[in-house]
Amino acid sequence: MRKVWIGLLAAILFAGNVGLAHAQTLAAPKYVFNKATVMKGALLFADHCSACHSIHSLRYERLETDLGMPKAQIIKSIMLSSSANFLKGMRPTMTRTDAKTWFGIAPPDLSHIVRAQGQRWIYTYLTSFYQDPKRPSGWNNRLVPEVAMPNVLAPWGGIYSKDGKVLHKGRLSPGAYRREVADIVAFLRYASDPSYFKRHELAPYVLGVLILLSLLAYLLKRNYWRDVHD
Amino acid sequence: MSTFGDWINKRFPARELMREHMTEYYAPKNFNILYYAGSLLLLMIFLQLLSGFLLMSHYVATSQDAFNSVQGIMYDTKWGWLIRYMHVDGVSLIFILLYAHILRGLLYGSYREPRELLWIIGYVIYIMMMGEAFFGYVLPFGNLSYWAGQVITSIVHAIPFIGPQLATLARGGPGIGTATLQRFLALHVVLWFLIIAALIVMHVMALHQVGSNNPDGIDIKKHKGPNGVPLDGIPFHPYYTVKDLFGVGVWLTIFAAIILYAPTMHGIFLEKNTFFRANPMVSLPDVTPPWYLAPYYAMLRAIPNKYLGIGVMGLAIILPFFLPWLDRNPVRSSRYRPWYRAMIIIMGITFLVLAWVGEQPPLPKYFLIERLGAAIYIGFYLLLPIISSIEPTRAVPERVTK
Repeated sequence: MRKVWIGLLAAILFAGNVGLAHAQTLAAPKYVFNKATVMKGALLFADHCSACHSIHSLRYERLETDLGMPKAQIIKSIMLSSSANFLKGMRPTMTRTDAKTWFGIAPPDLSHIVRAQGQRWIYTYLTSFYQDPKRPSGWNNRLVPEVAMPNVLAPWGGIYSKDGKVLHKGRLSPGAYRREVADIVAFLRYASDPSYFKRHELAPYVLGVLILLSLLAYLLKRNYWRDVHD
Repeated sequence: MSTFGDWINKRFPARELMREHMTEYYAPKNFNILYYAGSLLLLMIFLQLLSGFLLMSHYVATSQDAFNSVQGIMYDTKWGWLIRYMHVDGVSLIFILLYAHILRGLLYGSYREPRELLWIIGYVIYIMMMGEAFFGYVLPFGNLSYWAGQVITSIVHAIPFIGPQLATLARGGPGIGTATLQRFLALHVVLWFLIIAALIVMHVMALHQVGSNNPDGIDIKKHKGPNGVPLDGIPFHPYYTVKDLFGVGVWLTIFAAIILYAPTMHGIFLEKNTFFRANPMVSLPDVTPPWYLAPYYAMLRAIPNKYLGIGVMGLAIILPFFLPWLDRNPVRSSRYRPWYRAMIIIMGITFLVLAWVGEQPPLPKYFLIERLGAAIYIGFYLLLPIISSIEPTRAVPERVTK
């Protein structure tokens, strides 16, 4: 009977894995999620994305304290906006009003984008652009049709037609390109959940202590209950 | 005892309380794993108080800043993520424990005479907890908070005659905004919490008045030793305090593992739409409640008519109050009532299916499941008086079994 209860509890706790399966057929980025890929992603983000997108909630400082990125590198390669402040949130280079005039809509803040959409969604979105002369930007997207964002990664990833034909080869091989996009996704994943590394570093110690306490409590219980006869 | 102890006890009945509720409260010795839920609920509610207090020290209850202040807790406050995950995941864990606790009561007939009031107080706590969870759910003011607030307060709107005024009162205006957040915060941390705390005290007092039931559903006070102590009873302290200490250890391990490795539990404990700022212009395609309220939501949707749907949901919520009188069988525990046990298993599975279907988008293909589920859930209570008076029972032992 006891096993049934434990099984039931586990089933309820981990029902999430089952519930997730039905959602979408999104491609998963292939990467190892660690500080190295996140830092690579941060540099790529600064180069390709931070002209338009802010990460309001994440302060530049965190890249140093969480990931161990040298402060000099952050200032030189990541803080590209003239109004960037090391102690404040990540800012875009262009102003909101300019962005609105140029794209028709202000580019969204990406602080919580991975938590809100999931990393598979971001990865699939970034790799789903195709050329569409009917759009003002010349780009369209299979996942988000009529999206205002142009395919800024085209010079590296190449230009595709709607049916997936290569119109122009990119500077990177498809494999290397996918890895770079995955690194950007890794960085955005970190940005929407910066406690990740700290949590995972703490976990073995916290769980170790709690398991040890449970074990001691169990021995104590067994000792006390020795005189309870059935 | 010590002179200091005497000094205290002349002025405050510490020893008396300790004796009455701990060292001389005799609990049956055959409690199983489901009996951990009660003490763990006390622990979890205390932890919610602690994490909630810390959250409130940083939270700003305005429609402009609520979302940012919560993200400030997550990103900038020292250990803020731990505090918030404790509070958010704590809710789901509390409801897991509540459902285990209620299932325990159903399985072993703990609602039966003389424990009717104990059951009713407990069920009121459960309903109050749903309200408490809902108020808390709106506070972070993500987009899901906004629309959940809209949907739930529009249920109030359906009340005849005074509904529209009541909804305005609940929202603090025509829509969900700063006034809503401020009154929900006040309800969440002051009124509702105090009522729940008081009800918990009453629940424990009622339990200690009638004594604990046990998996065999028999009265341990029938067989007393020469010293007046039930033969199958053991003092709550130290036996169950050390046993519960072990339960606390295991539970905290599970709790910590969830916080550290899967704080959103794949969007079940902390939904994706809570990470979008509240936006009245962007309605969500499917506003679904958190998993622990989803069964009732599924029953609400089962009938696509506002009043009838709310009626079905209301019936499903109200019927358990009458459970002590709906069950007509002289035997308490389902261990000796195979039909009753089968009914509980079917009803339990139905409840889980309703929770699942309540999270699905409102599509016609789910109608049948929703209606069947609602019918089975309500049918359990309506059929119980008939089935419990004709069902065969097994021989009930005189003394508790292992």
